[in-house]
Amino acid sequence: MILVINDQDYTVQVDSATPLLWVLREHCGLTGTKFGCGIGQCGACTVQLDGVPVRACLTPVDAAIDKKVTTIEGIAPSSSELHDLQRAWIEEQVPQCGYCQSGQIMSAHALLQGNTEPTDADIDQAMRGNICRCGTYSRIKKGIHRAAAELASTATTKMEDHG
Amino acid sequence: MGKWTRRAFITTGVLSGGALVIGVAIRPGNRANKVKGMIANDTESVINIWLKIATDNTITVVVPHAEMGQGVHTTLPMMLADELDADWTTIRMMEAPGDAQYANYALGKGFILGEKEFPAFLIDTVDGLFLTVTKNMGLQITGGSASVRFTGMYAMRVAGAAAKAVLLQAASDEWKVPIEELTAKDSYITHTASNRSEPFATFAAKAAELSQPAKPRLKVSEEFTIMGTSPKRFDIPEKVDGTAIFGIDVSLPGMKYAAIKAAPVFGAKLKSVDDSMIKNTPGVQKVVHLENAVAVIADGYWIAKTALDTLTLEFEKTGNETVQQADIYAKYLVDLKAAETNGKEKKDVKKGHVENAWQNAAQLFEAEYRVPYLAHATMEPMNCTAHIIGEKCELWVGSQNPLGFAKSVADALDFDLENVVVHNQYLGGGFGRRSFDDVALQAARIAKEVDYPVKLIWSREEDMRQDFYREANISRFKAALDEDGRITAWKNHFLFKHDPIEAPHIPYDVANQLIHYSESETHIPWGYWRSVDSSMHAFFTESFMDELAHTAKKDPYQYRREQLTNAPRFLKVLDLVAQKADWAATLPPNWGRGISIHQSFGTIVAQIVEIEIIEDSLKVHRVVCAADPGFAFHPNGFESQMESGIIYGLTAALYGEISIEDGAVAQSNFHDYQMVRMDESPIIETYIINSDNWPGGGGEPSTPGIAPALANAIYDATGLRIRELPIKNHTLKAREHVLG
Repeated sequence: MILVINDQDYTVQVDSATPLLWVLREHCGLTGTKFGCGIGQCGACTVQLDGVPVRACLTPVDAAIDKKVTTIEGIAPSSSELHDLQRAWIEEQVPQCGYCQSGQIMSAHALLQGNTEPTDADIDQAMRGNICRCGTYSRIKKGIHRAAAELASTATTKMEDHG
Repeated sequence: MGKWTRRAFITTGVLSGGALVIGVAIRPGNRANKVKGMIANDTESVINIWLKIATDNTITVVVPHAEMGQGVHTTLPMMLADELDADWTTIRMMEAPGDAQYANYALGKGFILGEKEFPAFLIDTVDGLFLTVTKNMGLQITGGSASVRFTGMYAMRVAGAAAKAVLLQAASDEWKVPIEELTAKDSYITHTASNRSEPFATFAAKAAELSQPAKPRLKVSEEFTIMGTSPKRFDIPEKVDGTAIFGIDVSLPGMKYAAIKAAPVFGAKLKSVDDSMIKNTPGVQKVVHLENAVAVIADGYWIAKTALDTLTLEFEKTGNETVQQADIYAKYLVDLKAAETNGKEKKDVKKGHVENAWQNAAQLFEAEYRVPYLAHATMEPMNCTAHIIGEKCELWVGSQNPLGFAKSVADALDFDLENVVVHNQYLGGGFGRRSFDDVALQAARIAKEVDYPVKLIWSREEDMRQDFYREANISRFKAALDEDGRITAWKNHFLFKHDPIEAPHIPYDVANQLIHYSESETHIPWGYWRSVDSSMHAFFTESFMDELAHTAKKDPYQYRREQLTNAPRFLKVLDLVAQKADWAATLPPNWGRGISIHQSFGTIVAQIVEIEIIEDSLKVHRVVCAADPGFAFHPNGFESQMESGIIYGLTAALYGEISIEDGAVAQSNFHDYQMVRMDESPIIETYIINSDNWPGGGGEPSTPGIAPALANAIYDATGLRIRELPIKNHTLKAREHVLG
């Protein structure tokens, strides 16, 4: 089967019931997406299908066919540039052990796509599916606010450019 | 601060190409109890570090500790760079010894594997110290909040200061000017009078020929330029784009995957396996029988796990198959009582005579507390990749004790130690769990059955049920109060004692104290769990202290401060937290406030928690944390560790409960071993006191105090005294409802 992951085609031969998580990690070499619980409880495996966040540990690979899969490796605008969320994560020094952070960023990324000015309550709601055992929640929240502000200012600049 | 002398051995040398190398090996100091226990005798060194000044003036610092999110890969180089007066932007970090480049310098392998590849110039001065260490495997433990306290203070700073001293001396010789006229700054040496300035590297070769100072002068805190600042951590960029490689991410050519299931009842051995169901399953390679477990090797983890789940397994009976959690508590009570009756308690602290104090007391007060078993639940489930070719074994794993793992695997396989190599990877959470070698032993035994590399991954269920647990415990107290409510006697009896030894001790002025403990054997494996014994004793002692304050009809903060007259450091931390949290301010209805103070791993932490009872649920709004770690070398990192420890402790206080059913762990995953999540995460404010005392740890000391502060806040809001964790098992009603 052919998968489109981060705008790139991957041909894989796996049982169609195999969770997308293991296909990404073992067949596509995309190990940024993590295994945490296997039952959709922790969010470490969060990726996006057509922009919608899903738990890759519970998503059979055939559900990803004909969809655009986005993983942590695919959100930066280019290989030399980070996404605003990734920059914000560095600025706020969010990660500790870092294991859950791919999933955190992918959930935050999905949030910002639909909500450019999330409140604390919006963030609580969107991020409660992602566990962080190091307890970086307050910094994640700061990181999301920072990235949202950054995106807003970029958008404003663009509008002015076109205005 | 700075009693490091006679513990450090400094060596210098020059590598081909002209890079200056400085090595420091250190012997155990009496302040690092956890490390001391790993040393057989005085001639052994515990840990050693290296620094290399290359010809392009970049400086590489080799850090002998694992990064598990505590920032040690950044903080330790900072300590060295500051003493060296190096340019922080040119500092590179390397973790010993997994890196191939490092091994190529013959240093990494040398310090692990012995004389064979040991640079000759080092052997002369350091002698057999390193070699005994490799036998003893006391090296490279990451835990006990010891990295900064021990490696940082004894080795990193000494290496930096020694390097600076020889470089200055070399410059002084070269330029023929008095050394006092030279200054080192940003990796350059300058002689202002003659307007000369050259990079460190210019003097490297000369410096290597000089005899190194026995006691380089260390800076006092006023002179620090890098220590006490918060440069960005080295490990973070690769943790935001998916490129950081954790143990579970390792990939090798031809690698297969293994899933495993061990006996649910601890100690049971494998009896039989019916694997007929998977004989012809595509992708399944092999079923491996271990003493107490079965593993399936397959082309992918999912195939291995699915196949494993269809096997019919039978384990031998151990006699523990009927043990329930209630039986364990019942046995605890019997054993406590028996010890008290027979006078067989083991003495911990004995001061004055508690028995006399009971007679003269205005009031007596007794209480008993309980805590459950806890699992570590690191985000990254246990895993290890192993490859065995002939008599050589390579392991890829995130470990808090890589050399200890190598030693265990060598012993288990009957291999020579030098043929077992551990490639340490990022740890997806440690918390003590990754100091245990069980998964490495399994991976090695499985890999021994095949000729390709095998990545063994535990399911979350396996991770939850095959842990080494913070033990369940019971702690009993009796106190005598005088007319003013002051404590005149404090008696405490509990079970088990590990680390840190001061965990059950109190800072309060109590003339008569009897703190003692007993044993009660169970079949549940025990393990280091973030803050170890302090994780429960702070809950016991600070809850009891709160109960005494209320018994004495005193304000809990004032009651503590009045009895801290001989503990000025504690008093300062307590006053700071009360001031920052505005302790005396009135709270809204249904809110409560609780306080605690506890010292562990050399750091004193006080916390005030503010909660609200909404209907019958609990909202933790804010945690104010004041800490005296002696000195916070990376304040932002220290704050993040305080935040981390508080959330870890809060999770345990609210939800943490591993219970035993039919001899095995009942919980299995995050749905029944719940975690604090974003929407329950309180605002945390951290305030640091740099008291210039010997540095304390950062990774553990904020975990103990959150449970008692929270329980005390719940009492304030509800009148309900939490004597047994976790809090989820209690029904909370605000005082108005109780009274109304």
